[in-house]
Amino acid sequence: MGGNFLAPTLEYSLLSPVLIVLGGAILGVLIEAFAPRASRSSSQLFITLTTLATALTALIRNRNGESVTVAMNSMVFDGAGVLLQGSILVIAIISVFLLADQDNFTALAAALPGSNEERISVQQQLKVTEVYPLVLFAVAGMMIFPVASDLITLFVALEMFSLPLYLLAGLSRHRRLMSQEAALKYFLLGAFSSAFFLFGVSFLYGYSASITFSGIHDAVIGGSGNDVFLLLGIAFLSVGLLFKVGAVPFHTWSPDVYQGAPTPVTAFMAAATKVAAFGAMLRIFYSVLAEDYLQWRPVLTLVALVTMVFGSLVAIAQRDVKRMLAYSSIAHAGFLLSGVIALNKSGLDASIFYLFAYGVATVGAFAVVTLVRDSSGEVTDLNRWSGLGKRSPLVATVFSGFLLAFAGIPLTSGFIGKFSIFSAAYESGATSLLITGVLSSAIAAFFYIRVIVLMFFKDSVEDGTSVVIPSIYTQFTIALSFIVTFALGVFPAPLLEFISSTATFIR
Amino acid sequence: MMLLPLLGALAIAIAPSTNELLTKQIALATTLIVAVAGILTTISFDFNNTALQFVESYEWIPSFGIKYAVGLDGIALILILLSVLLAPIVVLAGWNESEGGRWGAKTFYILLLVLETMMIGVFASTDVFLFYVFFEAMLIPVYFLIGGYGSGERAAAAVKFLLYSLFGGLLMLASIIGLYVISGNNGAHTFDINELAGLSQYMSPMTQNLLFLGFFIAFAIKAPVWPLHTWLPDAAASATPGTSVLLLGVLDKVGTFGMIRYCLTLFPDASKTFTPVIITFAVISIIYGAFLAIGAKDIKRLIAYTSISHFGFITMGIFAMTTQAQSGAVLYMFNHGFSTAALFLVAGWMIARRKSSTISDFGGLQRVTPVMAWSFFIAGMSSLALPGLSSFVSEFLVLVGTFTRYPVAAVIATFGIVLAALYILLPVQKALHGPTTPGNEAIKDLNLREKIAIAPVMAVIVVLGFYPSPLLNIINPAAAQVITSQGFSDPLPTSNGDK
Repeated sequence: MGGNFLAPTLEYSLLSPVLIVLGGAILGVLIEAFAPRASRSSSQLFITLTTLATALTALIRNRNGESVTVAMNSMVFDGAGVLLQGSILVIAIISVFLLADQDNFTALAAALPGSNEERISVQQQLKVTEVYPLVLFAVAGMMIFPVASDLITLFVALEMFSLPLYLLAGLSRHRRLMSQEAALKYFLLGAFSSAFFLFGVSFLYGYSASITFSGIHDAVIGGSGNDVFLLLGIAFLSVGLLFKVGAVPFHTWSPDVYQGAPTPVTAFMAAATKVAAFGAMLRIFYSVLAEDYLQWRPVLTLVALVTMVFGSLVAIAQRDVKRMLAYSSIAHAGFLLSGVIALNKSGLDASIFYLFAYGVATVGAFAVVTLVRDSSGEVTDLNRWSGLGKRSPLVATVFSGFLLAFAGIPLTSGFIGKFSIFSAAYESGATSLLITGVLSSAIAAFFYIRVIVLMFFKDSVEDGTSVVIPSIYTQFTIALSFIVTFALGVFPAPLLEFISSTATFIR
Repeated sequence: MMLLPLLGALAIAIAPSTNELLTKQIALATTLIVAVAGILTTISFDFNNTALQFVESYEWIPSFGIKYAVGLDGIALILILLSVLLAPIVVLAGWNESEGGRWGAKTFYILLLVLETMMIGVFASTDVFLFYVFFEAMLIPVYFLIGGYGSGERAAAAVKFLLYSLFGGLLMLASIIGLYVISGNNGAHTFDINELAGLSQYMSPMTQNLLFLGFFIAFAIKAPVWPLHTWLPDAAASATPGTSVLLLGVLDKVGTFGMIRYCLTLFPDASKTFTPVIITFAVISIIYGAFLAIGAKDIKRLIAYTSISHFGFITMGIFAMTTQAQSGAVLYMFNHGFSTAALFLVAGWMIARRKSSTISDFGGLQRVTPVMAWSFFIAGMSSLALPGLSSFVSEFLVLVGTFTRYPVAAVIATFGIVLAALYILLPVQKALHGPTTPGNEAIKDLNLREKIAIAPVMAVIVVLGFYPSPLLNIINPAAAQVITSQGFSDPLPTSNGDK
């Protein structure tokens, strides 16, 4: 065998969505290197959007293809995978418009905060257009993550979308120190969780002598391996995944990072990372470890319960809108975990619907946050949001709409998501999840409503906080996510049908 | 009929916001047309048919078995009639109510008309999921109506109202999910009320009790039954009179309506299990509400407390499980809607003229403003169930119906009537009779618009007091149906009452 090299067979047409995104990202890097500075911003936006749109088209074309394993068994394309990839692409498209508003980003990422270089770069009106290729790389990683079918690919994808996000988190124009602190925190904790993840991978390999999901699955069914290795493997692997979705007790990074990162990045990260990470989680727990559910389900249930309650309770105490949304996303991670725990077809469908609906609403909500500013940048202090309903009724109404969707009020997408995910959980016998979920929703409603009260029923403070006229791009993002949020609340049937007929895992 | 108010809301949204008069005219016209439609529906309703009528059903979310399904039985019809009749009265009576609000007349009337749509929807829906959607979505317009247009601590009151209701609603959601899953395990996923009604045989007593509680707590908050009533006085005191009328007159009826339609029908065994507890709470509500009302200094709070007492009667009537009490309770819902409407509207006018809502600030209004004083007097008398006025019939039916099964509760509840005389007559005496106290000399009597608004309410109160049978004809078959579906038969009247 010695010198023989077996060329890998690649199914290019099935891989095309991911490849298109990667190609677009490389094109973006080339533009950074060679295009004149003045034309970068617009051409980058154009290329990014075209790339994402083309990738989505390619994905839609692949939709009816059969479920297959591709790229030498390192990825699988099945209904659920395609849906998750599609959600990531859609969320990426609507959040890319936010990146176009460059006021949110530092002029020169390499300049130290408060240094001369920074001042000069601001004077020269430099722009960090590298955000576009970074986002594209992250999107590619996220697209691979939920379709990876061996542990190595899974890990590579994890790093592939994490690294650009660490960078992006540090690019805020205002409050740069906080932003950089957030990036560093995210990076260090992320690296730590990656280590745990790898540790889990090695245990699972030790258990099953295989890195492919199907190999591990066979070992789980066969039951011949050392169960201690299996349990340790599941535990460490879950730590890595739970870190990414921000579940308690691995959530501590999320409020700081959400707050410190530039808001467009927060929007993208909060929405798309959740889809990718939960997508991978669903695949691992549904198709690889399903038969071992007696072992992991109780622990995961506990994590889900604590996450729901903790996220909702702590969110009440927040005074910063971005931190509040961060804790609310923690609570939502708890709700989403019930979909993973449900371990039935309706749980899978519900999770995918929830991920999509929540992702879109999150992008919309953060897009509104970028609009409320004073002379020194965004205003995220909730007290200074009071009276917003008087000054800019439209913005306040739209934001309330997103909050009501998060709270799960009927006629919004959040309600349908909540209903479907809790009914799936109850169907699987997890009554505790249903009851705790409903109670923590009641707690959560309190702080969403408090913001609505602030905006509509409190008098405004005269401190120069104003709502900027949104650029056409931001307008597009907000309008689209608002329409989707309410359309899915009133007419969810088409999407639900589509998901339930498409979403399957192959084993 | 449900679409009409929405169209009106749309018309207002399109109409220029500078023209307040046009906005109000559209609102009034819309509510009047809806009221006429409601009356026509009532006339064409077949009294003797206990099946649902005017049924419409469309697929909504097929993957969950959710339908947009509406239909009416006698009970739902009566409550819809109540809603659509009160709506134009509220618009007319509160012509200037949106002043002093945060957002002006346009938003006010849009919210009001959206609310009317949802009120009709919540009573008409025969799909539990659809009911829940209306039940919860209804909170949002009310929340903004209280918080944006009320007085005093309006924001706090609105939040309290919303949180209480959301909490109850979420408990109900848990129960609805439970029903959904159980229906899926025993056939197909469905939310159809008729199909769900047969489901209780598959539930263990424990499950049934828990699901029942989820529904009941939500409705008890809404109704409100002691000890879940504390949001009501704040909300009623802070809301505008018109909003209060809709809140107590119609929205709270959703709670008692839900008890009949959902608690009793879906969980017959659990209902029987909890009946003694619920009757106890209802009796406590009657007495406790009455005592609070006697002590109330604020006129709007007084009315809110009297309502707690009245809702105690209604709840008791529902769970007494006799046709008489049940019919009485439904009729009570209707009558209470009108007598509370009268009280709130007149009180609202008094407060607006005197610029105070404290009872002791008023005095001797009878001489200064005879029409207003007489209106308040009649409304008050109706509230304490004076024979010849509408509430008497219903209260009597409830008490008689309850006595045949729960004599002790009925006897204690009767004291509520005595207390009612106190809490109504004391303020009537203070505010209306006696010498005219300073500050009240220059108060103007009702103008023509206000007279037109209050006249139909007074008419209903008096006419139904003497001639309630048209309504009872509609209610009785439906009430009997509910009782029969419970497996109860009416006890024969006995002289010793030891049944």
